[in-house]
Amino acid sequence: MRWLDALWLEWKIALAFLFDNKLQTLLIMVGIAVGSAVIVFITALITGLQANVIERTLGTQAHLKVQMPDDANRVLPAPDGAVALVLESPRAQRLRSLSNWQALRDLLDGQPQVLAVSPLATGPAIARRGLARASVALMGIDPDRYQRIVPVARDLVAGRFSIEGDQVAIGSELAKDLGLSVGDKLRLDGGQGRELIMRVAGIFELGVRELDSRYVYLDLRQAQILLDLPGGVTQIDLTVEEIFAAEEIAERLARLTGMQAESWMATNGQLLNALSSQTMTTQMIRIFVGLSVAFGIASVLAVSVVQRTREIGILRAMGSPRRQVMRVFLLQGGLLGLAGSALGGLVGWALVMVFNLMGPGLFFVQVPTGLVLSAMGVATLTGVLAAVAPARRAARYDPAVAIRYV
Amino acid sequence: MSDTQEVLRLEGLRKVYNPGTPQELEVLHGLDMRLARGELTALIGPSGSGKSTLLNVIGLLDSPSAGELYLLGQPTRTLDDEARTRLRNEAIGFVFQFHHLISAFSVLDNVLMPLMIRHGKPEPADVQLAEQLLAQVGLEGFAGKRAGQLSGGQQQRVAIARALVTRPALLLADEPTGNLDTRTAEQVFELFREINREFGCAVLVVTHDPRLSASCRRSIELVDGRIVRDTGVA
Repeated sequence: MRWLDALWLEWKIALAFLFDNKLQTLLIMVGIAVGSAVIVFITALITGLQANVIERTLGTQAHLKVQMPDDANRVLPAPDGAVALVLESPRAQRLRSLSNWQALRDLLDGQPQVLAVSPLATGPAIARRGLARASVALMGIDPDRYQRIVPVARDLVAGRFSIEGDQVAIGSELAKDLGLSVGDKLRLDGGQGRELIMRVAGIFELGVRELDSRYVYLDLRQAQILLDLPGGVTQIDLTVEEIFAAEEIAERLARLTGMQAESWMATNGQLLNALSSQTMTTQMIRIFVGLSVAFGIASVLAVSVVQRTREIGILRAMGSPRRQVMRVFLLQGGLLGLAGSALGGLVGWALVMVFNLMGPGLFFVQVPTGLVLSAMGVATLTGVLAAVAPARRAARYDPAVAIRYV
Repeated sequence: MSDTQEVLRLEGLRKVYNPGTPQELEVLHGLDMRLARGELTALIGPSGSGKSTLLNVIGLLDSPSAGELYLLGQPTRTLDDEARTRLRNEAIGFVFQFHHLISAFSVLDNVLMPLMIRHGKPEPADVQLAEQLLAQVGLEGFAGKRAGQLSGGQQQRVAIARALVTRPALLLADEPTGNLDTRTAEQVFELFREINREFGCAVLVVTHDPRLSASCRRSIELVDGRIVRDTGVA
């Protein structure tokens, strides 16, 4: 309050000057409002779009997975003085269990930034019902742990997500292909005579056709039998707190465990590339719109300083210090930025709502309050900074000259 | 005249514009002058004689090139801008030819401006004083009006009330009636005499109006930057 009291006259003069020249103030306010509306709208839209794309992508996959390193040929080093010519054909990658995975799981559980850890045994199989056959991916899981990675239960369209004993959950496309509904039986063939007859307890639809036509969730032990991995798991899925830190965490975990760790960022390189160029474009638009707003404020205040020359002279003659005159114009810049961006935030919010109502309707865009507030904060700061040059000019006026200015 | 009565003293005051350049121009050539409390003094002289420059220097709007200016016994030449500005607010009231109100403000706010500059939000006593001064200059009931809505004579009277609100020791007026018709000018000038009597401040009026200067007890004539005549010294 003391601070406000100290600037009491500055506020009074700044507001009086702004209200005195209503048209000028209104025009620049509209300019600032349009600028901030564009920034708010485009930021909300792009952020919303990206969040949506990422959520869709990561809704059905782990942020990162830990696997055994690929099998590689070991080449005997050539004896000294000899040159070895090696013709190498890459090894076939058979399913292998992660060595000592229980200890690994517990280690990963204790890692910072890791939210969920879920070991699974996954591999190919054939599903049969009558004469119909489909190739499937077996997903042997610990349901409690796995649900924290991909909440399958959320996407159920029929039955329950229960995989105890001989129960399985299958995707909607697979159910359609094999004509299965809840309670029906199907035969899973892991090859080499390993077969199990299972019962469909639930049908899910993750929204990704590839997954809905291939995934079969079943109990970890059943999967181990079918895949011939007694007591083993093929990979450990993880989710992390900060999704964009996934690659960094993957590298750290790879070094820590000696295993191969792959993040969603590595598996979705193209998507990530698209997202980051989009972010960069948005950033450019924001910077240029912000710059034009700043120059708008600066030019209006520069004109205002000239218009107010005589009044500045009067104030100085009556004993107003240079710094007070300067603060009056800095305040005007800040007030223009604040009021213009508040209006712009409202318009931007309205634009987003219009987009939600009339747009393609693929997803709903939120306008976070924080976005509007930070846009207002930045606009206010921009206003103050833009006012620095005009305000310094006003403060430097020689009162004896300024007062005779006509 | 005792020193406590002295408001202003000039000693060898010189003002040179553009010193050290081919455009060098000496406007005031070593002036000596004293003004005492309660003196009503006219500063006269032809155009270009340096009256306005002298008034700017005395009003601390401009600084002298040489010599010294004592305001209320305090030497001012070495003061920095901040200190001069503060002293201007405390000790000096200005009335200009073109009344110079701030049109964005009400009459009352214009009168209160020097006090608001000094300590921000006006106290009830400040407002009371401003209203009293407005009544004294014949503008009772005008407090809420916008400054731009007043006639020239009324604006000049507001400017006088504003100059007095800090109860300055020195009131400076630059052609205060130059922009007014004869009758209004007479009223405004009568006001100066009244204020001088009542407030006891030193009043220095730059004027071209012979009737105005004739009605001052003292008049100083400036020609080519030199005091050529000083009559009626207290």
